[in-house]
Amino acid sequence: MADEKKVHLTKRDRLAVAWRSTFIQGSWNYERMQNGGWVFSLIPAIKKLYPNKDDRIAALKRHLEFFNTHPYLASPVIGVTLALEEDRANGAAVDDVAIQGVKVGMMGPLAGVGDPVFWYTVRPILGALGASLALSGNILGPILFFVLWNIIRWGFMWYTQEFGYRAGSRITEDLSGGLLQDVTKGASIMGMFVLAALVQRWVSIRFTPVVSNVRLAKGAYIDWTKIPLTHNGLQEAFTQYQSGLALSATRVTTLQNNLDSLIPGLAALLLTFFCMWLLKKKVSPIIIIIGIFVFGIVAHVLNIL
Amino acid sequence: MSVISMILVVIVAFFAGMEGILDEFEFHQPLVACTLIGLVTGDLVPCIMLGGSLQLIALGWANIGAAVAPDAALASVASSIILVLGGQGTKGVSSAIGLAIPLAVAGLFLTMVARTLAVPIIHIMDRAADRGDIGSIDLWHIIAICMQGLRIAIPAALLLFIPASAVRGVLSAMPAWLNAGMTIGGGMVVAVGYAMVINMMSSREVWPFFILGFVIATVTNLTLIAIGAIGISLALIYLDLSKKGSSSNGGGSSNAGDPIDNILNDY
Repeated sequence: MADEKKVHLTKRDRLAVAWRSTFIQGSWNYERMQNGGWVFSLIPAIKKLYPNKDDRIAALKRHLEFFNTHPYLASPVIGVTLALEEDRANGAAVDDVAIQGVKVGMMGPLAGVGDPVFWYTVRPILGALGASLALSGNILGPILFFVLWNIIRWGFMWYTQEFGYRAGSRITEDLSGGLLQDVTKGASIMGMFVLAALVQRWVSIRFTPVVSNVRLAKGAYIDWTKIPLTHNGLQEAFTQYQSGLALSATRVTTLQNNLDSLIPGLAALLLTFFCMWLLKKKVSPIIIIIGIFVFGIVAHVLNIL
Repeated sequence: MSVISMILVVIVAFFAGMEGILDEFEFHQPLVACTLIGLVTGDLVPCIMLGGSLQLIALGWANIGAAVAPDAALASVASSIILVLGGQGTKGVSSAIGLAIPLAVAGLFLTMVARTLAVPIIHIMDRAADRGDIGSIDLWHIIAICMQGLRIAIPAALLLFIPASAVRGVLSAMPAWLNAGMTIGGGMVVAVGYAMVINMMSSREVWPFFILGFVIATVTNLTLIAIGAIGISLALIYLDLSKKGSSSNGGGSSNAGDPIDNILNDY
């Protein structure tokens, strides 16, 4: 009987599951975490595969067990689960333990891939890219971030769910293999590289104290008394400036100029390291953030920054 | 603010609240949420700038496992409402950023309440599963999502009822040195987010790439996209070389990633 009536999940069914998995964290709770969203995602498949009420109840209960992973990396797990459930509905000997084992076996390692890839590489990069445009009031910043993020997310979710569905139970063997490790390592290399650039570019500290006031020799600066206020005069002034003459008779060197001649962004780097150290000492990020604001205000009042 | 804008603000807040837990469309990221608030209130440009600044602070905020990050949704929605009510335009951005941080902490508390309230909802879904009642499971999942939306929509609605003149009064009473100091603090506070991310990803193996990235970023005519491209290339090269090293050695010695060494070994 089972041979004649093989149930198959069509592409339409799988798309419905993928769309519902967008809401996998909707009922996130402290008890079983993503379980509600997980069963919510699988419901189109459960409806199709188990017309019999008792089978349906068993499937619903089976998928209300604890589940938690990165929300996008749930997609390959969903794909594999769909393949297993399909086999089971068609009479294969796939028991509850196998399905639960695949879910639990995959969710941990996959969460470890998703967090560095999405939360710590893709989002900071797209966010910083969008923010750099938004800081000048350009609406392209938020649009770019939103559109790119959702294209990447949806593409990833659909592709990995299909990949999981095709790979079926074999995917669990691949987990110990090289591909997953390569993705994780590559993402952390890329992430560290870009993060360092972001620290250099976006953490801004400018020390204002003046280190020295050097009186320049005559001829090393533009003598404004000899520049007439005409077009030609302006041109003359710019020419002199370009040939290296200073703008005023004294050269002011701030502490920041000195630091920049070591390497620009050094203070930002040190501040970042200090924050890392505090975080490792289990100081709450909120306290660090408030502390930095207080420091900024005090340092400004004292004319250091 | 007109009634229509107020309704739209609450709707935006609702979406941001949902996304605070879903983390999918990223409506709750400051870049998007602040812009949307700006769009519906007609105060677009200052809100985009606020979103950009807050986004830099929030780059490293992420919900990992059961740990909750400071609430970007409440921070961005509430601070942009205050920015709009304050009526200072782009000048008000730095003080709005200062206000966003305590709001993010307050949001943390609301998130924990919502996640605790979701536990009884799961038990209702359990009972529905016992009956095989799929419709009820769907319904309660959607109710849970809506609860997350209300988590931000309610505080946003309450904020709207504070008269604009009061908000303006508080903001204009702020002395200039405080404002300038907060702007300076805002420039530095980004470091915390980066520090969280670096702590999470760093290993002995990847520190050299951090150094490379830092030094290359000092070349000012490289854009961030160019730096990203260099980063991808480095990662690919490294992965490729480390594989070559281990395969040509047959696992004999542990000198992965050094082709010259392999050649010497083959002699």
